[in-house]
Amino acid sequence: MISSETTPRSLLARLEGPQTMGRGPVFWTAAAIAIAVAAAYPLMADAWTVGNAAYFLIWTFMAMGLGVVWGYAGALSFGQTAFFGLAGYAYGVITLNLGAAYGLTLVALILAVAIGGLFALVIGYFMFYGRIQGVFVGIVTLSVTLVLETFMAQTAGPQWRIGEARLNGFNGMSGMPPLTLPWFGDDIALYPGPSLYYLLLGLVVICYLGLRIMLNSSFGNVLVAIRENPHRVGMLGYDVRLYQTLAFAIGGAFAALSGALYTAWGQYITPSSMGLTSAALPIIWVAVGGRRDITATLIGTIVVLAGFQSLTIYGSQYALVVMGALLLVTVLAAPQGLVVGAMTFLGRIFRKDKS
Amino acid sequence: MTDILRVQGLRKAFGGVVVANGIDFSLSAGDMHCLIGPNGAGKSSFFRLLLGEHAPDAGTITFDGNDITNLRSFQRIRRGISVKFQVPGIFKALSVRQNLEVAFQDHLNGQSLGTKIHEMLDFTDLHAEETTPAGNLSHGQQQWLEIAMAVGVEPKLLLLDEPTAGMSPDETRKTGDMLHDLNARGITILAVEHDMAFVEQIARRVTVLHFGSIFVEGTIAEIIDHPGVQEIYLGTADV
Repeated sequence: MISSETTPRSLLARLEGPQTMGRGPVFWTAAAIAIAVAAAYPLMADAWTVGNAAYFLIWTFMAMGLGVVWGYAGALSFGQTAFFGLAGYAYGVITLNLGAAYGLTLVALILAVAIGGLFALVIGYFMFYGRIQGVFVGIVTLSVTLVLETFMAQTAGPQWRIGEARLNGFNGMSGMPPLTLPWFGDDIALYPGPSLYYLLLGLVVICYLGLRIMLNSSFGNVLVAIRENPHRVGMLGYDVRLYQTLAFAIGGAFAALSGALYTAWGQYITPSSMGLTSAALPIIWVAVGGRRDITATLIGTIVVLAGFQSLTIYGSQYALVVMGALLLVTVLAAPQGLVVGAMTFLGRIFRKDKS
Repeated sequence: MTDILRVQGLRKAFGGVVVANGIDFSLSAGDMHCLIGPNGAGKSSFFRLLLGEHAPDAGTITFDGNDITNLRSFQRIRRGISVKFQVPGIFKALSVRQNLEVAFQDHLNGQSLGTKIHEMLDFTDLHAEETTPAGNLSHGQQQWLEIAMAVGVEPKLLLLDEPTAGMSPDETRKTGDMLHDLNARGITILAVEHDMAFVEQIARRVTVLHFGSIFVEGTIAEIIDHPGVQEIYLGTADV
C-alpha cells in the first residue's frame, strides 16, 4: 500500500512547508515569472553571454547542496569542492576513455555524480559515526579538499594516466567532450550557449523543487531538528549519525553535479578547483543569500556570482577582497542572509496589505 | 507486578569519582517512582547510564525483559523508554506543532499524526501557541511541550529529570496532574526531583541515592521519617 507520505499529491503538497520560505499564489506566480524570464533570456542576449549565464547556473547545485548540509542539517562543510573536483575529474576520465557517441557523456555525468556522492557518503560516515561535530566538520572537510588538490597537483608525469586520460598535474585535464544528446542522424553537442543553458535551467528547476519537497518531508524535519538540538533528536529515537551522513551525501552529490557540469561546460578541470579559494566561495554565496532557506540560497548564489564575475573584470584579487567584505557585512549585519532578510521584509508587507 | 526495569550491579567511575557504585534497582510496571538525593548523589549519572549516554564499567540493565546494557541511546528509546530533561530539550526555532511533528512522525503519519498532535496540544493546553516558535514559550510551557514530545510516542517508561525545575507553584501542581494522567494511561514514571512537595504529590515509592549507591527505598512517609535521610540532606548536628 502506498502511504499518504508518498502519493504524488502529498509530494506536491510538500512544495510548501515550514522548512521553506514562500507559499501561496503570490510566491508561485513570482516563481513562474522568474522562470519565464530566465527562459526568454537567450532570446535577448548573444550566445557568449548566455554561455556565461549557464556558468552561473552550474554553481547553484553546489550551493543548494551546501545549503542542505550547512543551513538545514547544521554541519558546516568547508570542503564541498572535494566532491566537485572529484566528479569533474571523473567526468573527464570517463569521457576521454568512452568518447561522446551514443549519449555516453550523459552516462559519464551520472557516474561522476555517483562517484562524488559515494565519496561524500564515505567521508560523512567516518566523520559522523566518528562523532566529529561542530567546527571540526569544517576542519576535516577542508583538509580533504586540500589533500585532493595537493594530490592532483603532483600528477604531472606520464605515469599518471587512467586509460587514455592524462591527469596532467597542476595544469589539469582538458580536451574532454561537452555533454552530448543522442539525436537522429547526429548527436547534439552542448557547448556553452542556449542549448546547454536550457538544459541547466531545467535541471536547476527540477533540483530546486525536489529539494523543497525533501526539506518539507519528515526527513527535512529531522534535519532541521538536528541543527537545533541533536541530543534531543537522538532521545526521540532517531539515529542522528545516519541522518547527518545522508544529508552530507546528498550535499556531496549536488557538489559533484556542479563539478561534472563545470568540466563539461569548460572542457577542462584543474586542481585549483579544489583549493582554498574555491572552497571558501560557496560558503560566501550561501551565507550571503541565507543558508537556512533553499530559495534564498539559490537567488543569493546567482546574484553574488554575477557580481563576482563583473568585479573579476577589474581584477580577480580585488573581487576576492570584495567577496570577503561581503561575507563580513552579512555576518555582522544580517546573519540570516541578505535574501532571507529581504524575503522576510516583503512577506511582512504582503501580510500588512492583506490585513 | 512484573518489573519493567531491572538494574543489577551497575557501576561507573570517572577516574577516582564513582558515580554509580554497584546500583541494584528495580521498577514495577505502572509505578510512579521518584529518585531523590543530595547534590552529587549520582541521580543524573544514573539516568545517563539508563539512557546509554554513559557506558557502565560493570552491571546490567534489563528493560521490558531485554538486556539493553549495550544498546545505543536511540535504540533504547525505540524499545519504549522516553525522557524529559531538566533543561527543556526542545527545538526553539521550530513552532510548537513542528516540535510535536518531529517527535511523532517516526511512529505516525497522515491523519493519525494530526490526531496525535491535536491530542497533545489539548493535553498541554498549547493550542493557542501551535504556530509559535517554541523558544518564545514560557519556561513552564516549554517543560510541558517537552513532556508532550516525550509521551506522545506512548513509551512504556518515562524518565523525568527534575520536571518542575524553574516552575511556579501552579505550574508544578499542573505538571503533577499531567503525570498522574499519564500514569493512569499505563506509562511507568521514574522522576529525579528535589521538590519534596512535588514528590509527595506524585510518588508511590521513593528511592534515595547517596554517593552513587541506593541508600534507602520506601514510601514517601517512610523516607521523610527516616533519620538517615535527614542526616544526609542536612548533615549531623555538631553539638
